[in-house]
Amino acid sequence: MLGYLIRRVLIMIPTLLAISVITFVIIQLPPGDYLTTLVVEMQSRGESVDQGRLALLRETYGFDRPMHEQYLIWLAGMLRGDFGYSFEYNLPVADVVGDRLWLTAVVSFATIIFVYAVSFPIGIYSATHQYSAGDYALTLLGFLGLATPSFLLALVLLYLANVWFGTSIGGLMDPKYVDAPWSLGKILSVIEHLWVPVVVIGTAGTAAMIRRLRANLLDELDKPYVVTARAKGLPPGRALWKYPLRMALNPFISDIGNLLPQVVSGAAIVSVVMSLPTTGPMLLDSLRSQDMYLAGSFLMFLAVLTVIGVFISDLALAALDPRIRLSGGATR
Amino acid sequence: MTDTTTPSTDRRNSLPHYVSTAPFDPEATERLTPEQERYYMATQWRLMWWKLKRHRLAVLSGVILLLLYASTLVSEVLAPYALDTRQSRFIFAPPQSVHLFHEGEFVGPFVYGYRYTLNMDTLKREYTPDPAKVQPIRFFCRGDRYEFWGLWESDLHLACPSEGGTLFLLGTDRLGRDVLSRIVYGTRISLTVGLLGIIVSFTLGIVIGGIAGYYGGWIDNIIQRFIEIVRSFPELPLWMALSAALPVTWNPIFVYFGITLILGLLDWTGLARAVRSKLLALREEDFTTAAQLMGARPSRIIGRHLLPSFMSHLIASATLSIPGMILGETALSFLGLGLRPPITSWGVLLTEAQNINVVALYPWLLIPVIPVIITVLAFNFLGDGLRDAADPYR
Repeated sequence: MLGYLIRRVLIMIPTLLAISVITFVIIQLPPGDYLTTLVVEMQSRGESVDQGRLALLRETYGFDRPMHEQYLIWLAGMLRGDFGYSFEYNLPVADVVGDRLWLTAVVSFATIIFVYAVSFPIGIYSATHQYSAGDYALTLLGFLGLATPSFLLALVLLYLANVWFGTSIGGLMDPKYVDAPWSLGKILSVIEHLWVPVVVIGTAGTAAMIRRLRANLLDELDKPYVVTARAKGLPPGRALWKYPLRMALNPFISDIGNLLPQVVSGAAIVSVVMSLPTTGPMLLDSLRSQDMYLAGSFLMFLAVLTVIGVFISDLALAALDPRIRLSGGATR
Repeated sequence: MTDTTTPSTDRRNSLPHYVSTAPFDPEATERLTPEQERYYMATQWRLMWWKLKRHRLAVLSGVILLLLYASTLVSEVLAPYALDTRQSRFIFAPPQSVHLFHEGEFVGPFVYGYRYTLNMDTLKREYTPDPAKVQPIRFFCRGDRYEFWGLWESDLHLACPSEGGTLFLLGTDRLGRDVLSRIVYGTRISLTVGLLGIIVSFTLGIVIGGIAGYYGGWIDNIIQRFIEIVRSFPELPLWMALSAALPVTWNPIFVYFGITLILGLLDWTGLARAVRSKLLALREEDFTTAAQLMGARPSRIIGRHLLPSFMSHLIASATLSIPGMILGETALSFLGLGLRPPITSWGVLLTEAQNINVVALYPWLLIPVIPVIITVLAFNFLGDGLRDAADPYR
């Protein structure tokens, strides 16, 4: 297990490096840089542009250096915990981002738990009661969940909550806590507000997960060993969870590799609609204004979050299934 | 030697060799019925088609999709108004419902005209149906002028409002444009985004997956690592970043192709993996060795001998990934990073419904989401049906 762990960690390093290269290329893709955006903005406001100041800025941020040097500076900074400078906010990126990263992680994590908690019992029920009315109803619901754009679901839920409870459920905490330091009350408030985005973001993932667990379990339930177990008089419950369920669980766990990017994606757009203090809205803004270091750190963070999630799922899978940790190598 | 020949000659003498003179009939013992014969002789695609036909939901979805795609050929005719016709007197007008009977009398399909008042307390425009204004719908009529596919001008519509009347079956938006007409036009863009995107991702998936699977070894390893890296990016933020990189100065048509390219660029990984794993298994088969021995080039072996054996499967999985692209385009356009007016897609229409006030005051602006849901569901069902039909073990 230790060998597997070490191998797995070592694979992550080149992956993260490659991700950082891709991220850097992407944030450099738009023609021009933040300074050109700034110049256009100043000109449209009728302000005069001070060439000397521009040159100074350009030099400070290294925009005049060759691309690979800019990349190395950026990478070295990130390794030291310095994520660069946000031009839009005139602050170091780390200060601008602040709690947003953690809240994103919290929302994603809560969503994953929600997805598993909901899809596990429903998937088992659907498989064991195949073609029953309940199965059909749940499948239909699942398909609707897959097909509805999450931002729309968010809008409608916002509206309904406004009508039914008379409260604004936008945001992740009570307005009075927004700038307050972390306290028990703030945490409780976050938990209170968390469920709506979690449900909205998790719906599509849950639907997909239910279908996958159902299909896997159905495949296993047909196999001869289940028939044998039944024939030998094992009670139905035991005949379900002792063998076939364990087999069907493998893809269920490894699927976190698909689920996590999906959740992070969903969170990005849902938080724009619900104005959650997570990375989504700020990423959108920074992409629009070409605030490249800010956008870059967000993209980087989201990718790292995903890589770590996949890592955890691989570990869980290895713990669950001896074939994987013995043969070594990734499962995805 | 003599030991063995002697008894055999003995046997030949005792038992005369019998040869039947009747013509040989290979099916004498087990005759195939015509249905069986048809079944056994059918090609793989025909078998798939028969299996698919049994899947009623998939067939229904297929028909719906065909109709939707067919509608994109004649969007201009189907829409009662032209794409950008603005009726400044009817801003945020609610949907008009179609009636058949007026005061107990049959008039055929008609709508009641609006009675417009401006609520001076809330400053909200209020439209109510006016029973005095009976406006019969005209069919196959002359209405707004348009350029059919940008080729020739026409003004023929399937349905038009009565002379001087209105026909806003799904209401109007903030500029007084008919929502229904815009949805009909949006279908053209929204549906083709998915198709073009899947063509990009299909090509990439087959080529890259084919190379990885056929050659194996270090090439395979590198491609596998690369796929893992691409997959560990969350799709939407990456889509957002890439489409933010499309220059604002671009012609909307270029932006449209750019978006389809971006959607396809991130989607091929799943297909490439499927191709790879199938190829890894199939390249060990005898017919591959035979082809290699006969001197076929790798591209021919992959294209002619290996790919056809799991093409059906690939098509099924491609069908299943189209809805993701349609939803992706909708999300991007909704955020204002995707398509831009004058290109109209369902996502562009939904940007009008970006805040909660719209949901409360003008809920009909959310209607473009219904075709989105229908299309996505239809693709899912059709894809499921295709996958089941392509699976020989079912």
